Amino acid sequence: MAFENLADKLQSALKKLTGKGKLNEKDVKAAMREVRIALLEADVNFIVVKDLIKKITERAVGTEIMESLTPGQQVIKIVNEELTALMGGTQSKITMSPKSPTVIMLVGLQGSGKTTHAGKLAYYFKKQGKNPLLVACDIYRPAAIKQLQVVGEKAETPVFEYGKNDPVLIAREALKFAKNNNHDIVLIDTAGRLHINEELMEELNSIKNKVHPHEILLVVDSMTGQDAVNVAQSFNEQLGIDGLILTKLDGDTRGGAALSAKAITGKPIKFSGIGEKLEDLEVFHPDRMASRILGMGDVLTIIERAQAKIDTKKAQEMEKKLLTQSFTLDDYLEQLEQVKNMGSLQDILSMIPGMNAKKMSGIQIDEKQIPRTQAIIQSMTPEERSKPSIINASRRKRIAAGSGTRIQDVNQLLKSYEELKKLMKQMTSMTKGMKKGKIKFPFM
Amino acid sequence: MENKNKERPNFFERLKFGLAKTRNSITSRVDELVKYYREIDEEFFEELEETLILADVGIETTEDIVNYIKKRVKEEKIGDVTKIKDLLKEKITSILAEDSSNPESKDRPTVILVVGVNGVGKTTTIGKLANRYRKTGKSVLVAAADTFRAAAGEQLEIWCKKAEVPLVKHEDKSDPAAVVFDAIQSAKSRKVDVLLCDTAGRLHNKKNLMNELEKINRIINREYPAANKEVLLVVDATTGQNAIAQASIFKESVDITGIVLTKLDGTAKGGVVIAVKSQLGIPIYYLGVGEDMDDLQPFDPKAFVEALLN
Repeated sequence: MAFENLADKLQSALKKLTGKGKLNEKDVKAAMREVRIALLEADVNFIVVKDLIKKITERAVGTEIMESLTPGQQVIKIVNEELTALMGGTQSKITMSPKSPTVIMLVGLQGSGKTTHAGKLAYYFKKQGKNPLLVACDIYRPAAIKQLQVVGEKAETPVFEYGKNDPVLIAREALKFAKNNNHDIVLIDTAGRLHINEELMEELNSIKNKVHPHEILLVVDSMTGQDAVNVAQSFNEQLGIDGLILTKLDGDTRGGAALSAKAITGKPIKFSGIGEKLEDLEVFHPDRMASRILGMGDVLTIIERAQAKIDTKKAQEMEKKLLTQSFTLDDYLEQLEQVKNMGSLQDILSMIPGMNAKKMSGIQIDEKQIPRTQAIIQSMTPEERSKPSIINASRRKRIAAGSGTRIQDVNQLLKSYEELKKLMKQMTSMTKGMKKGKIKFPFM
Repeated sequence: MENKNKERPNFFERLKFGLAKTRNSITSRVDELVKYYREIDEEFFEELEETLILADVGIETTEDIVNYIKKRVKEEKIGDVTKIKDLLKEKITSILAEDSSNPESKDRPTVILVVGVNGVGKTTTIGKLANRYRKTGKSVLVAAADTFRAAAGEQLEIWCKKAEVPLVKHEDKSDPAAVVFDAIQSAKSRKVDVLLCDTAGRLHNKKNLMNELEKINRIINREYPAANKEVLLVVDATTGQNAIAQASIFKESVDITGIVLTKLDGTAKGGVVIAVKSQLGIPIYYLGVGEDMDDLQPFDPKAFVEALLN
């Protein structure tokens, strides 16, 4: 079954090139056939694939090979660069209106995730200190208004609704409301539609002409097939869009839609949805996405997330404790908190270079393991936490009962802790770093 | 759909309308090919391959189909390109046609678990199914086991009102397995013919959510062993090759018995259905061809291919 992702596919296609001294036309052609299949299987639009292959071939079979790279590396570099360019080069931001409020309109097909992402955007702006307003203009889908209200409540953002009135009227009134109530961002959720539906497309145009949004963002399901470009194109032609939000990227979709949408419409992907929670929205980084597709890992994202979530001062203290071997179970507990703040472990692991989907499929991380471990440690006395060696059989029994786990779980934790300590000892003496695959997360 | 208030077109017309895009894209391209290529050569097959890929049939299944046609052409020394369309139709029909037992043909009480990734139209499909079963004289009960998505329960409630069927619903964020458990007890005591269970959309690579689904599935098996059980996977017709991954992993988890292909009234090409059937052998039960209550039809492979290629 064709289940490897694009990165695997491209890697195996290009492996044949790596290590070869010289790159001739025949080699490139053979590799490109594989790349073509891989891209098509990833739902990259056919026309885009054709174009991309042509560009890569032209660049590869040429003089461009740098001395410091092998031909294979050179091709990977070219593919990476072309993929990045195709997705829009650098990241593009939301255009803020100099005059408040900035009006953002979300449009898209049914089920692409408009309402959810309206909520995520509200949360995103809220975190930046803005005062957003959500507007419920989807008057057709049963309970769509209610859904937006629930989402709005979670994002602590008011929702402007006007029942099942004319959406154009709702949008206009919402704008007035926003101006009177000092909302600086207005997020308009619209009804989902099938783009052949001209009636609804006209409605969108009427809203657009009434409120003159600064940004019209098309929400696209990243699992969409060849049709993604048609969707993007017709929305762009019939309505005019400023950018895209790519949703459900936390799935195992190979995400070819991302590659294609920008290439065909010329409109950048501005955000990507990476989960069901409100905070699961990221500014889209084309370069990182290309590296991710190519299996180079997404180290930048991990670093950024870690920086945002981990308390630097605490991290320094921790480092000191590790080095001086005074790392207690209390510190372990704190460490777990920090890791938890960074998001799902599965997510983090998938961004580490060399951790592609194939390898990941073997590791299923139980996200509940962390709270369980926390419960165990929290069931210990302060003394036990600082001196785990005193935990004897009867104490273990008590801890297990107190944390609702089994004695084996307690044993396992203590063992992991000891191993971690041992590992730290080794690490302090070994500055070269660790070998891949050697370390095990103590809580796994 | 255009003539909502006028006389309803019959099923065949609606299916054809729904499939018009698909049909146009495949057939017109094939017709074009036929015009341009007087001889069946390698380039011709390449173009044919591209045509199928653009319809989301997927490279593996496309290669199967193209190879089959190549073989036939060689064996039977076919020199007439117009015959390609017949061969194409024949091949796709044979992939789809292997018979499948529709849940409607069973006379025992039936429990239908409806699953799928986010946003494919599960709740809407449940509403349409409830309406359909009730209209055929069956008693129907619906379980609102999507307790996760905001307002999913409300959405289902509105559908159930329209379809005039009762609904078992708990608080938001409650345990979906408990909802299903209650619904089964209720279905037993009320002796309903069909129990439809809505579930929260979940991406198939989320292990914990799949575990939750397996738990619901176990509860159905344990609490209602006498019932005929169906697990329907709802697939959005605009989905690309990921539909194969979806079908495969959901099948592993909860043993999918059939597929409902939705949103076929959009620009959807639906070609991925052919790949899913060909690679995983999962039959298609229903097609969603519109936004109305009645826009759900049993899948008829012959009609489907006929509408697709003629």
